Amino acid sequence: MARTDTTPRHAELGLTDEDVLGMYRAMLLARAVDERMWLMQRAGKIAFIISGQGHEGAQVATAWPMRPKQDWMAPFYRSIASAMTFGMTAEDIITAHLAKADDVSSGGRQMPGHYGGAPYNIVSLSSPVGTQVLHAVGIAMAAWVKGDDVVAMTQFGEGTANQGEVHEAMNFAGVHRLPVIFVCENNGYAISVPLDRQVAGGSVAARGAGYGMPGVEVDGGDVLACYAAAKEAHERARRGEGPSLIEAKVVRLTSHSSDDDQRRYRDPAEVEQLKELDPIPRFANELRAGGTLTDEVEERLRAEVKAEVNDASKRAEARPEPNIEEAHERVYAEPIPGGGTPVPLEPIEGGTH
Amino acid sequence: MAELNILEAIRTAMDEEMERDDRVMILGEDVGKKGGVFGATDGLWAKYGDKRVLDTPLTEGMIAGAAMGAAVYGLRPIAEMQFADFVYPGFNQIVSEISRIHYRSNGTFSAPMVIRMPYGGGVHGALYHSQSNEAYFTSTVGLKVVAPGTPADAKGLLKASIRDPDPVMFFEHKKTYRLFKAEVPDGDTVVPIGKASVPREGKDLSIFCYGFMRTCALEAAETLAREDGVEAEVVDLRTLRPLDLDTILASVEKTGKALVVHEANRFGGFGAEIAATIAEKGFEHLDGPVTRLAGPEVPGVPYHHTLEDWFMIGPARIVAAARELAAY
Repeated sequence: MARTDTTPRHAELGLTDEDVLGMYRAMLLARAVDERMWLMQRAGKIAFIISGQGHEGAQVATAWPMRPKQDWMAPFYRSIASAMTFGMTAEDIITAHLAKADDVSSGGRQMPGHYGGAPYNIVSLSSPVGTQVLHAVGIAMAAWVKGDDVVAMTQFGEGTANQGEVHEAMNFAGVHRLPVIFVCENNGYAISVPLDRQVAGGSVAARGAGYGMPGVEVDGGDVLACYAAAKEAHERARRGEGPSLIEAKVVRLTSHSSDDDQRRYRDPAEVEQLKELDPIPRFANELRAGGTLTDEVEERLRAEVKAEVNDASKRAEARPEPNIEEAHERVYAEPIPGGGTPVPLEPIEGGTH
Repeated sequence: MAELNILEAIRTAMDEEMERDDRVMILGEDVGKKGGVFGATDGLWAKYGDKRVLDTPLTEGMIAGAAMGAAVYGLRPIAEMQFADFVYPGFNQIVSEISRIHYRSNGTFSAPMVIRMPYGGGVHGALYHSQSNEAYFTSTVGLKVVAPGTPADAKGLLKASIRDPDPVMFFEHKKTYRLFKAEVPDGDTVVPIGKASVPREGKDLSIFCYGFMRTCALEAAETLAREDGVEAEVVDLRTLRPLDLDTILASVEKTGKALVVHEANRFGGFGAEIAATIAEKGFEHLDGPVTRLAGPEVPGVPYHHTLEDWFMIGPARIVAAARELAAY
């Protein structure tokens, strides 16, 4: 493998060639799943799609330092690539979008894009934006109370950054130096409303100072810069130094959702230019320049990803549909008048005090 | 048996549960060193420390939302809203998140937590320290709603709520906090959620109530017996959701007449659910119109004492409503 004279950036960050190729593959896979779901939506198999295209670099990179099944994540509706980095498989994602009975996120109860997965420590997401930020803070608080080595991460858009709950979350996390990482994926638009109509001062990262935490702005298409920021935030959290805010400036390559047409409010030239900012070719070029990615590896990865998505789609489509007999179940943990069936929960343990 | 008031009973319940289960923690405004504005957590900060009895910023959304995150993680948080009137910034978390996470995750996540809220009027708290807003929560599927009226029930139901696998809204009528002392069983006595009690039996009509109205209804029943020879049965619902239909319908079957009493306003109030349920399921036993006695249709309890007295439901008004129904 051809190498340049200088040490590659990723090596300076402690990442091996295998790591960065793994990150690149994760981005390719998330994009391929995302694209497949748009096709399924166009084919009438999925009612609605909300995409993560353009966010994959920041998402894979910020999730990469997190420890699977130890750390936690409270996602948002574009978090496909982070959710997959946390452990959700292509099949999990497609199954959830097809709303199958055994979908790990919700058993067919939630709309597409409402990521969640108990086996992966990914908190189930709802639709009112910003609520999840408090859940991450609550998890971090619980870990801090118990003394557990756990870091919570949450993601949200710059539009959501204006919600009162996000302010409440960051303030509380700052007060108690909770082990939580706030990742704002700023793609410049809250559906149709541009940044200058959303964020006074233009910077979400700058708000970190007001909460007593570092707020860093990174180029969300620069995967290694995002990784470096997240790694530092993760280490900071583990050292007990508290929360961090990362604002990743990303691009939204698609319309807000399958129900939106961004040509109504974005200049066509701007939309056209977005492709140049796509994090996937950007990362590929960087890895090629450093000699880590070759044509051969690229071909292999793309073939693997394609096969994985095809297989995942087939298996997901074959899964059973939810049945209405269960629609009233799992409302409460135990049956009460009005519905609900038992779900095993941990018994109450004896106290230690 | 110890003689405790409701506030002491609530504190004792939290203390015992924190002692037996180290997953239980308290968070809220002024719950720490101060021990809460009503004193419900007095002494617990000193005993359990800064982390398990955690003072929060003045952010009800954060209190509810962080409690949910902690519950999802595996703790058993008790969140205190300083007044039920101040819960609304946390309403989004309670309604969108806490009540729904179990269902929306197909049973894979749960929020076993308690939200304690002092509610109710009669304490010169005016519009924003007197609300009885239980109906917002009783109509939210996924929540359990509890409203005790005695020290023993307050302790036993709070213990049950802390141990419950589902989120519980725990309504504490602040006028009852120090209203009277009564015997409370020592130790690990749990009052099950979803069971009403019948503190007074009677044959002529049933009064359905909860919280402070229990005290008022019992006093009214004594007056009715003494002055009218009317024997009223008092049913203290104790839990508003899930509702103890068996006890309610058994009482209606026995008396044939139902008077539903609550301090919250009538329109769309919780009493409407009781009345409708009785009409649907107990129709053949009814010997008079299901009657509601509820707070007036104004946006809150007005401050001046004459205005507040006008607002509040007390024994005299229950007697008047019961007489009318008994005579039907």
